[in-house]
Amino acid sequence: MSHQGTICCSKTNGVKRRVPKVDITFLLNGSLVALSDVNPTTTLLDWLRETRGLTGTKEGCNEGDCGACSIMVTENGKARALNACILFLPQLHGKSVRTVEGVSGPDGTLHPVQDAMIEHHGSQCGFCTPGFIMSMTTAHLNGRSDFDDQLAGNLCRCTGYAPIIRAAKAAAAVPVPVWVKDAAPQVDQDPLFIPTSGDALADVYAANPDATLVAGATDVGLWVTKQLRTLDKVIFLHRCENLKQIEVGEDEIHIGAMVTMNDLGDAIADIHPSYGELIRRYGSVQVRGAATVGGNIANGSPIGDNPPALIALGAILHLRHGPNRRDVAMEDFFVAYGKQDRAPGEFVEAISIPRQPDRLRCYKLSKRFDQDISASCGCFNITHSDGTVTDARIAFGGMAATPKRASAVEKALIGQPWTENTVRAAMAKFDKDFAPLSDMRASADYRLETARNMLLRAYFEDQGHSTSVLEVTV
Amino acid sequence: MSVAKSLPHDAATLHVNGAARYIDDIPTPAGTLHLAFGQSTIAAGHIATIDLDAVRACPGVVAVLTADDLPFDNDVSPSNHDEPLLATGEVHYVGQPIFAVVATSHLAARAAARQGKISYNETKAILSIDDAIKAGTIFEDGPRIYQKGDAASAIFGAAHVIEGQMEIGGQEHFYLESQAALVFPQEAGDMLVHSSTQHPTEIQHKVAEALGVPMNAVRVETRRMGGGFGGKESQGNALAVACAVAASLIGKPCKMRYDRDDDMVITGKRHDFRIAYRAGFDDRGCVAGVEFIQYARCGWAMDLSLPVADRAMLHADNAYHLPAARIESHRLKTNTQSATAFRGFGGPQGVVGIERVMDHIAHHLGVDPLLVRRANYYEAAADTPEQNTQTTPYHMPVTDFILHEMTDALAASSDYENRRAAIADWNANNPVLKKGIALTPVKFGISFTLTHLNQAGALVHVYQDGSIQMNHGGTEMGQGLFQKVAQVAAARFGVDVSVVKITATDTAKVPNTSATAASSGSDLNGMAVKAACDTIRDRMADFLAELHQSKVELVRFEDGHVHVGDETYTFAAAAALAYQNRISLSATGFYKTPDLNWDRIKGTGRPFFYFAYGAAVTEVVIDTLTGENRILRADVLHDAGASLNPILDIGQVEGGYVQGAGWLTTEELVWDDQGRLRTHAPSTYKIPACSDRPDVFNVALWNDQNRENTIYRSKAVGEPPLMLGISALMALSDAVAACGAAYPDLDAPATAERVFTTVRTVQNGV
Repeated sequence: MSHQGTICCSKTNGVKRRVPKVDITFLLNGSLVALSDVNPTTTLLDWLRETRGLTGTKEGCNEGDCGACSIMVTENGKARALNACILFLPQLHGKSVRTVEGVSGPDGTLHPVQDAMIEHHGSQCGFCTPGFIMSMTTAHLNGRSDFDDQLAGNLCRCTGYAPIIRAAKAAAAVPVPVWVKDAAPQVDQDPLFIPTSGDALADVYAANPDATLVAGATDVGLWVTKQLRTLDKVIFLHRCENLKQIEVGEDEIHIGAMVTMNDLGDAIADIHPSYGELIRRYGSVQVRGAATVGGNIANGSPIGDNPPALIALGAILHLRHGPNRRDVAMEDFFVAYGKQDRAPGEFVEAISIPRQPDRLRCYKLSKRFDQDISASCGCFNITHSDGTVTDARIAFGGMAATPKRASAVEKALIGQPWTENTVRAAMAKFDKDFAPLSDMRASADYRLETARNMLLRAYFEDQGHSTSVLEVTV
Repeated sequence: MSVAKSLPHDAATLHVNGAARYIDDIPTPAGTLHLAFGQSTIAAGHIATIDLDAVRACPGVVAVLTADDLPFDNDVSPSNHDEPLLATGEVHYVGQPIFAVVATSHLAARAAARQGKISYNETKAILSIDDAIKAGTIFEDGPRIYQKGDAASAIFGAAHVIEGQMEIGGQEHFYLESQAALVFPQEAGDMLVHSSTQHPTEIQHKVAEALGVPMNAVRVETRRMGGGFGGKESQGNALAVACAVAASLIGKPCKMRYDRDDDMVITGKRHDFRIAYRAGFDDRGCVAGVEFIQYARCGWAMDLSLPVADRAMLHADNAYHLPAARIESHRLKTNTQSATAFRGFGGPQGVVGIERVMDHIAHHLGVDPLLVRRANYYEAAADTPEQNTQTTPYHMPVTDFILHEMTDALAASSDYENRRAAIADWNANNPVLKKGIALTPVKFGISFTLTHLNQAGALVHVYQDGSIQMNHGGTEMGQGLFQKVAQVAAARFGVDVSVVKITATDTAKVPNTSATAASSGSDLNGMAVKAACDTIRDRMADFLAELHQSKVELVRFEDGHVHVGDETYTFAAAAALAYQNRISLSATGFYKTPDLNWDRIKGTGRPFFYFAYGAAVTEVVIDTLTGENRILRADVLHDAGASLNPILDIGQVEGGYVQGAGWLTTEELVWDDQGRLRTHAPSTYKIPACSDRPDVFNVALWNDQNRENTIYRSKAVGEPPLMLGISALMALSDAVAACGAAYPDLDAPATAERVFTTVRTVQNGV
C-alpha cells in the first residue's frame, strides 16, 4: 500500500468539502474497466445503468431487499451474488463483475438457467428476472441446490416462485458454461483509502478518524441511497485479506471482522448449528455475501442478529486503534442506542468465541422467515449438570435499545433444578430485564410474551421436542 | 391451431437476457430532465407557507413547480376531479405531492425535493375506520345497500345465529417496477408519453387536460409494465402529467420514476375493510339469511373506490346461495393514501367476509367447514340457463355454477378427508404445534361493473410478405395477454404465432381503450383482434374464391397456407397476391360484451357476463408459542374455461394464490398515529419470498368450455386465483381452533403476532 488516493474538492449545497476520490480497476463481463476519480459512493447500479447504459440490471427497491439488481462478483476465485444497488464502485476494486448482459455466451448461446427459465415459464412481467438469472447463475456455478436459500433475496410478485424453482432444478444438472467463470483483474496499485491489510487499515484510519468505514455497505449503502447522505471520506475494507480469516482453534474460534456472514455461517454451522440456522435467515444470500461480522457489530444496531448469539456464547471483541489493541466483552461494547465503546479511529479487528460444548439455541422472530429483520432475536446458552442449571447466558436483540443480556432471567435459572417449573418461574422475570417498544414489526406485548415462550421452547427442545414450524412437513 | 397451446411468454427470451425494455431503460437524449415530488409531511391541514429557495439552490435543479405553475387542469383523478397533481392549499395525507422538482438527474431531483420548507396549520386527521365512522366522512351519500328478501326476519326465524366482525388489512401492490413515465415533447406542442400504465387512454386524457390540448395531441405508448396488479390503473397519472407539464414548460424530455419508498408512501393500495356479519342457519348449516356491513377505508380521494366497494358487495355471496341477504356498504374518507384498484378490486374482501361466515357457522355446529360450504353452494348449472332459478343478492341468476364437480375433484385429488382426520390425530399428539386445513371456493364475476368499459378495439395489418402486425387496447404487465391474443390472431389466419408481431399498446393505433383490468384483457381484446383478423381474412377469401371460381366457405387458412379449391398458396403468397389485386390488408376490430344490464344504485341486474370458478385446499402449521406459521401444502383447481394458453394461465393461478396468501398472512401495512406509513419498503413490508410458497403446490386447470360465447370459450384468469389464497387464512383459523373451544376470530393479515394473540384468546376461552 503506497499510493495516495486523489484528494479533490467538490461543491455540494454550496459547501466546499474535501472528498477523496479513488482510482479503481475491475473486470466487467470479462473486460477490464479502469476508472479514475470515482466518487466513493456512486453505486454500481447507477453506474451500470446511467454511465454504461447497461440497463438489464434493474432497480427494484434501492436498498438491497428485492434482488432485482443482483449481479455476480468473483473474487479470489469465489463467485457471489450481490445487490448492485448498495455496492459502491470502489468495493469492486480488484474484483470481477458479471451482469445479465454477460450471462449468455459470446455467440449468444443462452446460459442453462436462461434456457430453463424460458422452458419453465419462470418470468411473467420480467422485471425481477435479470436478478433471478444472476442469483441462479451464481448458484449454478457454485453447485448450490438449496434454491429456497439461494433465491431468498430475490422477490417476484408475479409467479409465486414455483416455476422459477422448477427452472433452477432443471438447470442444475447442465454443466457450467466456461464463459461465466471470471478471472481476476490485474491490479497495479491500491489507493490509500482501499487498504490491503489490517495494519494498513489501522494506519489510515488512525490518521483519518473522521472517515466512514465501509465493509459490505449493506447498512452504509442505505445512508446513501435512502437518506441521500454525502460521505466526505470513506475507507473501504474489502481488500484487507488478513481480516477475512476464520481460525477454529482448540480454545477459541477467531473470526476476522471482514468475514462475511455467508462465510461465518458455513464455518459455524457444524459447531453451533442453531447459530448457523440463525445466519441462514440473516438477510439474504446477497446481503450475507456482502455483510461482515465486524460491520454487523460495529454499527451497533439493536436488532442485529449476531450480537445476541455472540453475547450468549461469551464472545470477546478485539478492537484496534493504530498499533494499540484492546479486548472488550461483547455485551459491554453496546453502551446505549447508537453508542458503542469505540473511540474515533478505532475499529473492530476480530471477534473470538470461546470453544464450549454446543448448547446454544437461537430463535429469530420476524414477519417473514427469510430476508426479514428480526422483531426480536433470543439466544440461549444454558448449561445444566445433574439436573441443575449451572450457567445461563441469555441475550436478546430487538428487546431494548441495545443487544442485551437477560440477567434477571439468568439469575432465576442458575442453581435451580432444570424443570418446567423453574423455566416458568424464570419466564416471569423477563419484564425485569426488558421493556420493549411497539413498532411496525411487533407490539411490545408480543415481544415480551414470545421472549418468555422462547425460553420455554429452549426447554422443550432440550427435552427432545421439536417446536419449529420450519421442521414440519405434510 | 395456435390457441390452447402452452407457448412461453412473448418476451421470455428478452426477460432472461435483461433486454426487455421498461420505461427507465428507454434510451434518452442528452438533456433529458428528471422529476421528483416534494411531499406533505402531515396528514391533514392547510399549507401556511412554502419556501422553496433551498430546493432551487440545489445542484442540478432546473425548475420547481407548484400548483400555481400548472397551465391548465391540476387534476390526476380517474373519477371525481378531486385529486390535484400538486396540493392547492390543503393537504390530505402524508406523502401528498406539493411541489415537483425538475433536475438534471434522478438523484439530484430526489435530493432537492427534500429541501422544501413548508409550514402547516394542522387539522385533526381522520386515519382509521373508527375515526371516519365517528366523523362521518364518506364518499357518496349514505351507505349503498343491496338486498334480497328480508334478511332480518330470516335470521330471526333461524335455528342458529352467529354474529361477528373482522378486520381485513390492505395490501401494497409491490410491482417490482415502480411507477414511471417518460415524455418527449414533439413539434407544435404535441406529446409522446411512455408510461408504465394499465390505462394508456386515461394517461392520454389526463395529460391532454393538464396541457389544455385535445386528446389527439397526446400519444401514449406502453410496451410493458414490470407488474401492475391494479396499481397502475390510475396511480401512474401523476407521473405522466407532471412530466408532460414540465416537458411543455421547458421543452426537454422529462422522466419520472418513483424511488421505492416514495412509491409506497405516495400511491394507493388495496382497501382495508371491516366487515360485520350476522347469519341465521339451520342444523346443517344452511343459511337462511345474512347481513353484512362493509366498511371500506378509501383514503383521501375517490379514485376507484366506489366500484371497488360495489364489487365487494357483489362478492358477499361468493359461491353460496343466500335466500335472504342485506349488504350495507360504507365508503370511508380518511387522511391516508387514496386506496385504489388491486387484483380482485374489492371482490376478495367480500369473499373473505362470507368465507368467515361459513367458517364460523361450521365451528358453531362443530362440523367440517367443507360440509357447510357445500350445503350452501348454488345449484349446479342446468342444461339450459332458464332451469336455474337461484339468484345472487343482486338478483342475477347463477346459471354456470360448476363448483360441485370441481369440489368433488379437488377433495379427491387432495385427499382432503383423510388428511383432515390425520391432522386431528397429529394435533392431539402435538401440544405446541398445530396443523389446520381448509378448502375454500371462488366464484368471481367477470365484466367491468361500469358497463360502458366492456368494449375493446384492435388494429391488424397483414403486410405483403405475409407478416402480421397486431395491436389492441390491452396492456402487458406480465400476465401473457400479448401472447394469448397473438395466438388468437395466428389461429384466425392459420399461421404460426411467430408470424404475428406483437406491438406496444399505443393510443395512436387503437383509441378510447379501457384499462387492462377486471380480468378482461383477453376476453375483450381477444375478441376485438379476432374481429379485425376475420375482416381481413374474409376479404382475402372473397378475392381468392372469385379468382379461382370457388366458394368462399371453401377457402381454408391452415398450417401457414391458404387453400382455395385445388390451389394452395403459402400465406405470404396469398397476401402478396391480395396486395397486388388491391385488397385492403388492414382492419380494425371492435367488441362489446353482450347482455349486460346493471343498476349499481338499486343493486339489480346482470353486471357480469359469466363467472369464473376455482377452489383450493391449504394445509398449514402454527407454533402456539410464537404464532409463527407456514403453508405446508396447497392443492388448486381453477377454471380458465377452454384455456387459450394453459401454462400461462397456470402461471396466473400459482402467482395469484401466493399473492392472495401473502395478503392474508405476512403483508401488513402499518400506519402510526400521525398517519405516516411505517411499512414503506421491502425491509418492513413483507411480500412472500421464495420459501413462503407451499412446500407441496399442486395446481391444475379445470379445462371445460365457457358456457358463454367468449374467445374460443376461454375464461378470464387474472383476478380470480388471488382468492384461492383465502384458503390459507381459513386453514390458519382451523389450526388456531385446535387450541381451545372458542371461535378463533382471526383478523387479516394473520401475521405471527395475530395468530399468537388469537391462540391466546382461544386458549383462554374468551
